[in-house]
Amino acid sequence: MIASPSPTATMPPPKMTARDVCVAYGDKTAIDHVSIDIEQDRVIAFIGPSGCGKSTFLRTLNRMNDTIASARVAGDIRLDGQDIYAPEMDVVQLRARVGMVFQKPNPFPKSIYENVAYGPRIHGLARGKAELEATVERSLTRAGLWNEVKDRLSDSGTALSGGQQQRLCIARAIAVDPEVILMDEPCSALDPIATAKIEELIHELRGRYAIAIVTHNMQQAARVSQRTAFFHLGTLVEYGATSDIFTNPRQERTKDYITGRYG
Amino acid sequence: MKPLALLFVVAGLALIGWLTARARANHFLRTATRSSSLPGHHGWYVALWTLIPPLIFLALWSTVAPALVTDAVLATPAAAALPPQGFARATILSEARALGAGRAYGAFHALAETLAPAYAAAQTRFDWIATALALALAFAGGAFAFVRVRPGFAARTRVERIVMGALLAASLIAILTTIGIVASLLYESARFFAIVPLTDFLFGTHWSPQVVDPRDPGASLGALPLFWGTFFIGAVIAMAVAIPFGLMSAIYLTQYARPATRRWIKPMLEMLAGVPTVVYGYFAALTVAPAVRSLGVTLGIPWASSESALAAGLVMGVMIIPFVSSMADDSLAAVPGTMRDGSLALGATVSETIRKVLLPAALPGVVGGILLAISRAIGETMIVVMAASGVATLTANPFASATTVTRQIVDLLTGEAAFDSAKTLAAFALGLTLFVVTLLLNIVALSVVKTYREAYE
Repeated sequence: MIASPSPTATMPPPKMTARDVCVAYGDKTAIDHVSIDIEQDRVIAFIGPSGCGKSTFLRTLNRMNDTIASARVAGDIRLDGQDIYAPEMDVVQLRARVGMVFQKPNPFPKSIYENVAYGPRIHGLARGKAELEATVERSLTRAGLWNEVKDRLSDSGTALSGGQQQRLCIARAIAVDPEVILMDEPCSALDPIATAKIEELIHELRGRYAIAIVTHNMQQAARVSQRTAFFHLGTLVEYGATSDIFTNPRQERTKDYITGRYG
Repeated sequence: MKPLALLFVVAGLALIGWLTARARANHFLRTATRSSSLPGHHGWYVALWTLIPPLIFLALWSTVAPALVTDAVLATPAAAALPPQGFARATILSEARALGAGRAYGAFHALAETLAPAYAAAQTRFDWIATALALALAFAGGAFAFVRVRPGFAARTRVERIVMGALLAASLIAILTTIGIVASLLYESARFFAIVPLTDFLFGTHWSPQVVDPRDPGASLGALPLFWGTFFIGAVIAMAVAIPFGLMSAIYLTQYARPATRRWIKPMLEMLAGVPTVVYGYFAALTVAPAVRSLGVTLGIPWASSESALAAGLVMGVMIIPFVSSMADDSLAAVPGTMRDGSLALGATVSETIRKVLLPAALPGVVGGILLAISRAIGETMIVVMAASGVATLTANPFASATTVTRQIVDLLTGEAAFDSAKTLAAFALGLTLFVVTLLLNIVALSVVKTYREAYE
């Protein structure tokens, strides 16, 4: 395990802890003994070249790898001290607490309102129409989309622009009141202006949720995260405060990557 | 020369043309630096020019030759003894023709025997004329093409153009056939509607074509019970079976089945579509119908028919299951996987994801598939011929007997009625109605599926 210097001494216990996590697809190892903490009210960025396993690791945190038949996960991942791979863990509850935003915006082919109301409905979070409407408005507001769509909530979610669709997906994830939000390259399909809006949004969301973001873009990692983990070939090479990783990397491979030697 | 031998000779000439033209092209291409065409193209150019003109000529000839032969025979003195226009005259001529061609060894009419030599002579004479003309065309075409085989000649583009023409002709054949079928349906139906008013046919509730009153044929040719029976068996009962089972199997196969399971269940399901409908027919008539009848009796319907709508509809539904299943399978598979992930990541279960996200997204495709399935079910014939009733009743009781349009068409045309009676012509009117309905269903279904596909591309 790679020891990580705690940036502040008064940190609360981490929201999620991953210890010695290994993932294999069939007999091909994708992640090899990775240990990382995900802290409350912080953003952690996972960086590394394509195929380094950062997305795979992200997907172990809400057990989305369960949907891939050949994937096998070993190691210990805890949410508030509770083992998420334990048999008594309800994956439905887990995913409600650990939300996810995908690389490509994937709104459902339903109205904007229905997209956001989907999660609260299936989890029975809102009692009555008024409460549901309040939840939808609050979620869209937090995702910074409310003012753009408040007059056309019944329009199809797929009719929005790419950046708006991604913010709709964030609103949809927020609507079920998660504690952790996982973002898998959320800006890679967006133009620079939409990307800036999402990054701004991540700043605002930081105070409320623990956020883990996978990104290809090192400037983005530097801008939005407090901690950064650098993956390479399925292993965690270096993990620490973002400022340290980018200004003073301890490992040669990290230095090579962030200076653009490969990746 | 006999037509078949003639074809072989023409093909042989084409082969010779191909070989010589290729050899010639080979010869001059050895010296030319660059040519637009390979020697083979020159060969094909000459071969096609040798082959196609005589073939077109022979095709046209075969339509006019019999008339020319008969005219020649009628011009002989012996033909003066023939009876005037009518059935006897035609019989004698066709007997004489068969004798002359050596296809028969004796005739009922003595006159046919005397006319036979004239037929044989005329046939031989016209065969020789055809041979001479065909060979002349083959030589002319071949020679015309051969002199054009020169280094700069673009044989390649011309051969390509002929190939394209052949492909176009192939695709036109299906379309032209359809147009022909529709035209004949329209023609015969027009004759029917000249006898029976359209409104009587479409809205009349009494169907008994065996006893048609010549003074009011419309009174017993009201096809409403048939339309109802077709709809009831094909679109209600059959779909009540096919839609739930087809959809559920598609959901299982696309969402739950492991790849190994899917690999053997899907082909087995598709095998259902390969069972001949006549096999379904006797399964319906011999196994399902008695079972349905005894079920009806058990339920307190003593008059439950052994030719019930339910029996035919159930088996038809089973037949349609693979059809609905594979259309639904395609539509579900076309919904992007990110949609499913998005729902699962929100904490939805697999079944919630299917019900609330995947099915609504796939709905247009599924609806299109169901419409196509209905159009197939109402056009299905063999099952209803064997299992449904021939008696037209206007009933919504599935245990009662019911008949369909296709079943009635078969009944009307297998009788012995004259071809211009209202009874026989009614078959064409029924066929036209069925054709129009299935055509509309197909158009609507395909446009629904098309707009749906566009939504995800």
